[in-house]
Amino acid sequence: MFKPLIQRFRALEASVDFCSLRLVEEQSESLAVRQSVPQPIERRTERGAMITVIHRGGYGYAATADLSQSGLAAAFERAKAWAQATAGRSVFDYSKAALTHPVGQYHGPAAAAELDWDRKILMDLLMSESEACRLDERIVDWGVNLDRLDVRQLYLTSGGGEVEQSFRALIPALSATAYADGDSQTRSLGGQYNGYCRQGGLEVIDQSGLRGAGRRVADEALQLLTAPNCPSGKQDLLLMPSQMMLQIHESIGHPLELDRILGDERNYAGTSFVSLDMFGNYQYGSPLLNVTYDPSRSNEFAAYGWDDDGTPAEKTFLIRNGQLEHPLGGTISQARAGERGLDLGGVANSRACNWNRAPIDRMANLNIEAGDQTLEQLVAGIEHGVLMDTNVSWSIDDSRNKFQFSCEWGRVIENGELKGVVKNPGYRGISATFWRSLKAVGNQGTDDVMGTPYCGKGEPNQVIRVGHASPACVFGDVEVFGGEV
Amino acid sequence: MSMHQDNRQHFYALADRVTSQLHAGEGFTLWLQGETSDFVRFNHGLVRQAGQVAQVYLTIRLVQGQKHISQRVVLTGQAEDAEQVSAVLLDLRAALVDAAQDPHLLLAETVNSTESIQPNQLPPTEQIVEDIIAAAAGSDVVGILAAGPVFFGFANHYGQRNWHETASWNFDWSLYSHGDKAVKRGGAGFVWDAAAIRADIAAARTQAELLSRPAHSLAPGGYRAYLTPSALGEIAALLNWGGFSEKSLRTKRSSLLKLAEGAAFSPSVSMADDSAGGLEPSFQQEGFIKPARIPLVAEGRLAGSLVSPRTAREYDIPSNGASAQEGSESFSMAGGDLPQADALKALGTGLYISNLWYLNFSDRPAARITGMTRFACFWVENGEIVAPLNVMRFDDSLYRIFGSELEALTRETEFLADAGSYGHRSSASQRLPGLLLKDLKLVL
Repeated sequence: MFKPLIQRFRALEASVDFCSLRLVEEQSESLAVRQSVPQPIERRTERGAMITVIHRGGYGYAATADLSQSGLAAAFERAKAWAQATAGRSVFDYSKAALTHPVGQYHGPAAAAELDWDRKILMDLLMSESEACRLDERIVDWGVNLDRLDVRQLYLTSGGGEVEQSFRALIPALSATAYADGDSQTRSLGGQYNGYCRQGGLEVIDQSGLRGAGRRVADEALQLLTAPNCPSGKQDLLLMPSQMMLQIHESIGHPLELDRILGDERNYAGTSFVSLDMFGNYQYGSPLLNVTYDPSRSNEFAAYGWDDDGTPAEKTFLIRNGQLEHPLGGTISQARAGERGLDLGGVANSRACNWNRAPIDRMANLNIEAGDQTLEQLVAGIEHGVLMDTNVSWSIDDSRNKFQFSCEWGRVIENGELKGVVKNPGYRGISATFWRSLKAVGNQGTDDVMGTPYCGKGEPNQVIRVGHASPACVFGDVEVFGGEV
Repeated sequence: MSMHQDNRQHFYALADRVTSQLHAGEGFTLWLQGETSDFVRFNHGLVRQAGQVAQVYLTIRLVQGQKHISQRVVLTGQAEDAEQVSAVLLDLRAALVDAAQDPHLLLAETVNSTESIQPNQLPPTEQIVEDIIAAAAGSDVVGILAAGPVFFGFANHYGQRNWHETASWNFDWSLYSHGDKAVKRGGAGFVWDAAAIRADIAAARTQAELLSRPAHSLAPGGYRAYLTPSALGEIAALLNWGGFSEKSLRTKRSSLLKLAEGAAFSPSVSMADDSAGGLEPSFQQEGFIKPARIPLVAEGRLAGSLVSPRTAREYDIPSNGASAQEGSESFSMAGGDLPQADALKALGTGLYISNLWYLNFSDRPAARITGMTRFACFWVENGEIVAPLNVMRFDDSLYRIFGSELEALTRETEFLADAGSYGHRSSASQRLPGLLLKDLKLVL
């Protein structure tokens, strides 16, 4: 199906050192029911390509939806013009980046199969869960969503590279808001920002727990409404996977992105407390902390075979037994670090959010490896603490160091037992010390696959898909607080 | 033929085609959002990534009674778009069978056709880049330049046609002193001025010298603070995250619930959605025309909200042309009495906060927010800058910031053009004063 495009690309007068074409085709559809009213169906189709040229050390790109021969030729000329205009004026001599010419195919789970997208059956499910939310008059808002996404990508290089990849993802979501006496509490399935996002077919609906979630989530919103505020003070903190995903994302993922460390993001997303000299010798966390970039967990949201610079993806330990080993840096960032005499390694994480944005370093599937404790054992090991579940608020400094996060749901833990529900649970800390307070790591039974469709970064801005799998984890002596008294 | 005529005529031709292919009882809306943008990313005063993005997105909504369904596609700008639009129309017609009646559909039935075109006065972007690199020589300048035309279009089956086009540049940048210490600047306009960027970067270099002093670390606690318009802009952006949304207010998810229930900010606080003073098109994606100004807070009291057509239908109230997100794209806050030049003197001893960063709610119904200091923030003693600050987190309530702790607003207000480009270049803006606080709570 891509054959005509491949022929057109090969026909370009590519008198440059390196040229690539990256085609992205996406089809998505959103089904939703809000307050038991079916919402309008929204569909989106993307189709466009980015041509990148490296020539005499300069780098330029041009993105176009005009995939005709003349359209590609015009894009090529614009990309080449930018490469020429920036040669000798760039932060890096791009001719030193060893971009490869890969050949192959990768198809994510269910991507090649037909999807039985029966809108009537699916809308019936959403309506049924929506109706189940109507527990009480204090439930003032509620909604159920199901998005599907099909992506096909093609990567071509002037050196004969040709990679085709396809992905399918489903994103179920449900939330309910309870209100009384001036207070409002929202509870959700996996987060109010689509924490249950996975590659795969309709099985993702069941994996997410959407069936039957309406009543549970609405009931928990009501429980929060009458619950006391989370107690303040330093104590142990048990984080469930739907909060761990955010903790990993903000205070491991972003600080380890090599382009940030090299300064690219300082005007927007910020810098990093991690510096180039820390790799190989910095104790990032306690010896229990093992963090991997893992594209091999194919049902995670950001699993793939090659990144957008054509680098093959493979599982890599970034932090092993608490020790920092590698950054999240793609081929170009690794070469930039190499110019400074540093061989840091890296991973295949040079990614663009779409056809109209250039690749930058992005976390992909970034996971914490499971430990050996059951949830019961984790709770039993806590004398005085709080369990927190499902992120609702996130804020972290420019260097990804001082953070403050809040969750939807909290439970007090006393003498190894779960006690009452508390609302507005929050905690704050410093990345550089927080991970060293990791006291216990849950086993596979506590592990869940989460992610976000909305990771923002880059100039121009990009929102990209990210996956995070994690077990439940316990941290010691954390500053915990509740809501406004 | 100029670029804007090409795009506009292409869009109008597509609208005519859809009109001609409608079946009895069918209607449509078309919403077009396009740009041809050069994006040049800088780091260390040099180019990191440079390129061009030519994109035109068209959202086609097919309507039949109260049923409707929409599809967003990418246009190529070529003749094949006509076939694509026809194919989408057929596809939507087939899928409409699965769509339910939508009780909240509200269409703009009164025809309000408009055209606003600002001719492109920009030099080639390569020239702008040359000017920036020359001005930044020897300095660690990092940021993003976006330049080129941006255009919006609307059409419907009633015959309404709207077009809005500008060609602008936006250079959002920082000049780093060391570590995380930087001076943040930015500018935007329709005409490029090389001398102005040279002057701006030179001024930033001078300011950056203050950052080379040993940094001052603060303990958690309450401090007097002056927030520049840029810092206030971050708070306003968070406030705009559903705060003034009528739907959020009705569903009790707004951060301004207590304001809606009778609480008040200081009488000196007035806020508005001021589309007449902004950069956004006067029409929105359902074809409603925005009023020039919507008061949101008047003398401390909630005075209005942003009502999208769907919300209007749902609650049987008038729409005021808000987008589906019900956020202000041209947010303004009235100034006060404090001359900006006297801000440090009025602060006396406390925090000069030039920027805030990564704000979020720590207790949304209570309007408690948190965030970080960023860039050139200083410790001030007796009206004089003493030392740069190491980053600190604040956690405080909007009712204190805009209420009990608000001491003064600057007389001057500053226009801030949004440099954002998520999906497309933003046309949002803010006009804000500086803010002097008796007490701001720092926590970490």
